[in-house]
Amino acid sequence: MSSLVKCPHCGLRPREEFTIRGEVPTPRPAAGADESVWFDHVYLRDNPRGQHREYWHHSGGCRRWLVLDRNTVTHETGDVVDASTLKSEGRA
Amino acid sequence: MTSFRIDGGTLIDRDDVREFTFNGERLRGFGGDTVASALLANGRQLVGRSFKYHRPRGILTAGAAEPNALLTIGRDGRRDPNTRATMAELFDGLEARSQNCWPNVDFDIGAMNGLLGPLLGAGFYYKTFMWPAAFWEKVYEPLIRKAAGLGRASYDPDPGSYEKCWAHCDVLVIGAGPAGLAAALTAGRAGARVIIADEGAQLGGGMLAEGGMIGNKPADAVLADMVGELHALPNVEVKKRTTVFGAYDDQVFAAVEQVQKHLSDAAINPDRAMERLWRIVAKQVILATGAEERPIVFGGNDRPGVMTAGAMRTYLNAFGVAPGKQVALFANNNQAYQTAMDLEARGIEVAAIIDPRKCPDIDYGGKARLIAGAMVRDTAGRKAIKSIAVRHDDGRDEMIAVDALAVSGGYSPIVHLACHRGARPVWSDEHVGFMPPENCDGMVPAGAVAGKAGIASCFVAGATAAVSVLNALGLNAAPAGLPDTQTADDIAQGTVAIWSVPSSKGKAFVDYQNDVTAGDINLAMREGYDHVELAKRYTTNGMATDQGKTSNVNAIGILAQNKGVSPGAIGTTTFRPFYTPVSFGALVGASKGFEFQPVRKSPLHGWAERNGAKFVETGLWYRSSWFPKDGETFWRDSVDREVMNVRENVGICDVSTLGKIEIFGADAAEFLNRVYCNAFLKLPVGKARYGIMLREDGLVYDDGTTSCLAENHYFMTTTTALAAGVLTHLEFCAQVLWPDLDVRLASATDQWAQMAIAGPRARDVLAKIIDDDISNDAFPFLAARDVSMFGGRLTGRLFRISFSGELAYEIAVPAGYGESVADAIMVAGKEFDIAPYGTEALGVMRIEKGHVTHAEINGTVTPADLGMGRMVSAKKDDFIGRVMNMREGLVDPMRPALVGIKPKSLADKFATGSHILKIGDEVSLANDQGYVTSMCYSPNLGHAIGLALVKGGPERYGEEVVIWNGLAGTSITGILCNPAFVDPENEKLHA
Amino acid sequence: MRYSALSLLGNTFSKNKNWKPAWRNPDPKPRYDVIIIGGGGHGLATAYYLSKVFGVRNVAVLEKGYLGSGNIGRNTTIIRSNYLLEGNNPFYEFSMKLWEGLEQDFNFNAMVSQRGVINLYHSDAQRDAYTRRGNAMRLHGVDADLLDRDQVREKLPFLDYDNARFPIMGGLMQARGGTVRHDAVAWGFARGADQNGVDIIQNCEVTAIDRDGDQITGVQTTRGAIKCGKLAMAVAGSSSHVARMVDMHLPIESHALQAFVSEGLKPFIDTVVTFGAGHFYVSQSDKGGLVFGGDIEGYNSYAQRGNLACVEHVAEAGMAMIPALSRVRILRSWGGIMDMSMDGSPIMDRTHLSNLYFNGGWCYGGFKATPASGYCFAHLLATGTPHETATAFRMDRFARGYLLDEKGVGAQANLH
Repeated sequence: MSSLVKCPHCGLRPREEFTIRGEVPTPRPAAGADESVWFDHVYLRDNPRGQHREYWHHSGGCRRWLVLDRNTVTHETGDVVDASTLKSEGRA
Repeated sequence: MTSFRIDGGTLIDRDDVREFTFNGERLRGFGGDTVASALLANGRQLVGRSFKYHRPRGILTAGAAEPNALLTIGRDGRRDPNTRATMAELFDGLEARSQNCWPNVDFDIGAMNGLLGPLLGAGFYYKTFMWPAAFWEKVYEPLIRKAAGLGRASYDPDPGSYEKCWAHCDVLVIGAGPAGLAAALTAGRAGARVIIADEGAQLGGGMLAEGGMIGNKPADAVLADMVGELHALPNVEVKKRTTVFGAYDDQVFAAVEQVQKHLSDAAINPDRAMERLWRIVAKQVILATGAEERPIVFGGNDRPGVMTAGAMRTYLNAFGVAPGKQVALFANNNQAYQTAMDLEARGIEVAAIIDPRKCPDIDYGGKARLIAGAMVRDTAGRKAIKSIAVRHDDGRDEMIAVDALAVSGGYSPIVHLACHRGARPVWSDEHVGFMPPENCDGMVPAGAVAGKAGIASCFVAGATAAVSVLNALGLNAAPAGLPDTQTADDIAQGTVAIWSVPSSKGKAFVDYQNDVTAGDINLAMREGYDHVELAKRYTTNGMATDQGKTSNVNAIGILAQNKGVSPGAIGTTTFRPFYTPVSFGALVGASKGFEFQPVRKSPLHGWAERNGAKFVETGLWYRSSWFPKDGETFWRDSVDREVMNVRENVGICDVSTLGKIEIFGADAAEFLNRVYCNAFLKLPVGKARYGIMLREDGLVYDDGTTSCLAENHYFMTTTTALAAGVLTHLEFCAQVLWPDLDVRLASATDQWAQMAIAGPRARDVLAKIIDDDISNDAFPFLAARDVSMFGGRLTGRLFRISFSGELAYEIAVPAGYGESVADAIMVAGKEFDIAPYGTEALGVMRIEKGHVTHAEINGTVTPADLGMGRMVSAKKDDFIGRVMNMREGLVDPMRPALVGIKPKSLADKFATGSHILKIGDEVSLANDQGYVTSMCYSPNLGHAIGLALVKGGPERYGEEVVIWNGLAGTSITGILCNPAFVDPENEKLHA
Repeated sequence: MRYSALSLLGNTFSKNKNWKPAWRNPDPKPRYDVIIIGGGGHGLATAYYLSKVFGVRNVAVLEKGYLGSGNIGRNTTIIRSNYLLEGNNPFYEFSMKLWEGLEQDFNFNAMVSQRGVINLYHSDAQRDAYTRRGNAMRLHGVDADLLDRDQVREKLPFLDYDNARFPIMGGLMQARGGTVRHDAVAWGFARGADQNGVDIIQNCEVTAIDRDGDQITGVQTTRGAIKCGKLAMAVAGSSSHVARMVDMHLPIESHALQAFVSEGLKPFIDTVVTFGAGHFYVSQSDKGGLVFGGDIEGYNSYAQRGNLACVEHVAEAGMAMIPALSRVRILRSWGGIMDMSMDGSPIMDRTHLSNLYFNGGWCYGGFKATPASGYCFAHLLATGTPHETATAFRMDRFARGYLLDEKGVGAQANLH
């Protein structure tokens, strides 16, 4: 777990400024999607042992939602992007 | 008792005489002494009793690994149990006591346990104390608990203060022995930001025990030069008495600095911290933690007077303390011979050197008799060693009289910090020890921790390590010009492993503190606990306060020997933080007592205080809960009056703690429409609307009102509890789910002072301070807009909303004006008998009105459960929670739903949290019908009323039920009813 | 060998040379009727009850490390049955009843110590919630007492009553709650199961699961292929990882939880106490160490360790409750991986594969559940139907909306 997290908006900031929500699940389904697709989105998690994409919130900073790549075994963090980019890629 | 203090001692100051007591006896030592060195100087070899067998124990080490010499130091709130005498610095007036002995350390009744030795073998308690079953808690366990434990902690408050800091550096050097010092000097001279931390009171590590010369200079002068230069470098921070105790992710290191723990009570500055927690973030780390000398496992190896060879050398050279008059050395490596040389150099007789190696490759120039190929198999002496039994190579036994025995079984690199993040150390046959892991978690090990022996090679290793990390930082660096070491010989270790002496007589201890013997390890193996972790857990080896620093590798060695494999195949147990124990105080810092958490105060706090409010903690907030008047002694007196005054006249209540969120943007309406389950698309400017927000799982998250203040500008209120949560949720929706929507959010909770003015005269009061027309026609129920106040001097936001069910407004003004406006309202309302009311009265009125709070919105209810199912839009395509809200289990007609409840006999009382049963049903969880979510005494109705979530809900209005409170032993008959007890037709609201 | 006062005495005279191994160290057989993946508390308990109560003895427990190396050996040893919901409470009370007779049953002293558990409350709302909970317990015949401030003070005079940021108002006590020596639970179940013929195979990691259609046929392991009639997963912490071998996605995230022990002290605190204004729970072991813990770290993790921020939070909450802890030293911290389910309650059910059974999602409540989890899972494996106290732990409750959410925080794993 990084002591300093690279917020794409604020630069390197202390880990304590961030709040973690958890795994980025399947994209939020379209309104008319089947209930089972919604179930996957709301409840099922990949929960990998290794590289993991997760939502962080810069709650004590710019208050943007971010997506971090992080390893769940070593806790090493990789790329950080603003979470709004997921939608355009069909991943949120 | 004879003094064992001799000449020399680089650490002590003989002009600084310090008095202390040990078990009540007055003794003297010097400045620079540890409690251990002072006790030894006073001839006190027996300092404590062991955990299980209460065997007499002395001082084994001169450092952090000490398993035996644990003392309780200080008294009352300054009492530190389990303090290692080897680490505690002596101060004037120090009081030290032995632990785990009764009536005293010399005569300890508990020592009778020793006779039961075989009965109390490893894991004996798992096999017995089971009969009769009830005896465990009543008889056996109390006895065990009383006998177990070490020191006694004080219940008195600690008068000391503590603090925490962050520190950032380019290079963190952990350990200030020769390798660490050379590394810090190299890095410091290269201009890097360096922190060098060492647990000792003085820098120097192993150099402190050097009595002789380094090059052509005395060792202490060399050390003084190096330390002096480090202190003079502005980019180097030197932290003495600072133990780096944990390595965490991303090069965050936890360290604790003893700021004043080594000072006498009189010398303590109350304005300074006793201890300081450092969270050090380092770009590069040099691990120069040294190596721990291992004891050897042989019969009677725990007798006071038995000491590691290195410790003996430290007491001799650094503290000027002779370990005895006739000393033997039992060692399997060359380095330990230095102790014998130093003893002889100081005129102390070395009776024998017992070396299990048949042909030790060493040229010992001293007088001592060298017995090669031999082992010590036993010791004798009641409370201190008197003699040793040596088993010669040819099987012959010989008794040698000694009053101290130095032991060295080789050296274990102190790899803890390199392994805290999960890496495993690597066994080395060459070094006969577990070495730092290959990829040492970003740390560069240097010196003894990496298997180097001797000061010269440690200097070089430290400097070389520093160059490598400096290069990694992009700095050009050369090894520091280091002291000339040409004549300081490095002694190759030449260790030959012997873990336990096979011919041992009597108990041979592996873990001194937990009284684990070689026999215990063998027993664990025989019983199937042969994995190193199982052996540890079964025997408790390595689980004492020293965490196995002197015992773990020996235990592994014994397991390996018995299995006929390499210790590397056995592996180690897991190295975990903390390297040495750390006080709660240091980890807590200033966040204690009332300062545990910050306090949030409403902008109207002062106003409420002036009006005599009683406050209640609501999360971090202080909210005014009621306002007692003269003569009101019972809280209900005030609350009932406040409620009646609102219902009959008018009241004012601080609602500033509600969450407030400003929402802007061209798509703000669409956004609200998606986050609320009810329709928000067509909320006109100047109107407020009650909204229910679901989670994506279809259950209610929060409720509140949102007002449209202008085109594309909305103002949302949330409950106090979820102010932050709702904002975070909205941000998630706006940024992640619908980044295409043009919407911006900002918290305004702290920007506005907001108060509710409720009661039939509310409009009369507000009309006196608001310039605009607020008549019912001009400002009807759910109107919301900016208003001019006090003749245009202030603009406020006025909302006609009501939680109490009365004609009510909420007026928000910029926070700084809050108290003045509240005062003005009080003045304006005086003629209408306005009175402040608090959260208690608010709670009563909302229950009377059947309004829900988080007592009902408990995270498991749907809008339908709360009687608001019709609010859930069937027309909207999409909103948060729409699909999951329709799941089978969430529309089950037998779900609990909101009802009112009142006692059949109106004089009866009942409590929130009571459960509901059908009349006549057996009392069982299966028959549970629901529970009372909220209750109060209604001064309007003159009896208790409540809200409840009950299976079937409104279908059951009129049904008589049992209100069951088994905790209080009460059970009354209640009647389920409509939750709107007051004004169900909403006439007051619209008045 | 049966442990008794006599056997202990006899072995004393023979200098403990004649103790037999507590369990065998068998090589895997080619086939078992039931293979249980996971030699932790739940897996071993399942094997024990399968072989003892349900007569299924051709059973193997496969453990990738040493037996008891999962969360059974890294928890804070607390047992209690103070649950709120109808789907949970009877199960945990069943577990408590099993604890109460466990040691005599498996002939191993696990030091079940019913020292009492007190949950403090600091506000009216917390008191009301505990009233609801205590009454739910009472409805099921579980002991529960609501203590006021004075009653708590009498039992725990050393808490902070005078200068607390969140004053203590009282507590909910379950006198039958307490602590158990955690490792000994694993060993007792292992020894008992072994004596009934169960093969406990250590250092045997399952690397793949073999299927034929919707049937499991066996497993591939680091000690070779093994066939089975039924396959049971009891690998909480790694549930998602193992489930992935059969393409199963779970409503579970793995999170790290730290626990701590202080230096040994003479008796300092007699009961289990939990703080209501922060995350902290503490008891004192028979050996004298204060054993305590706090909240999960908050990020998904398979590393059995945590970070410094959580250490500090736990210490702060601890001292807010017991100011005298200031000079008590913390000896060691460690970490375990929690199967955090999406409603905070466990899952014990059949799966989409006809002979694969799942047991997991215990969040941080798995230790107290160990005996009942083993018993009920054995019931499910042997009879095909859930035990009467475990009918709510269905896998499909999330899809159907019959959630077991004691905290009411919804589908976010790290909030439970």
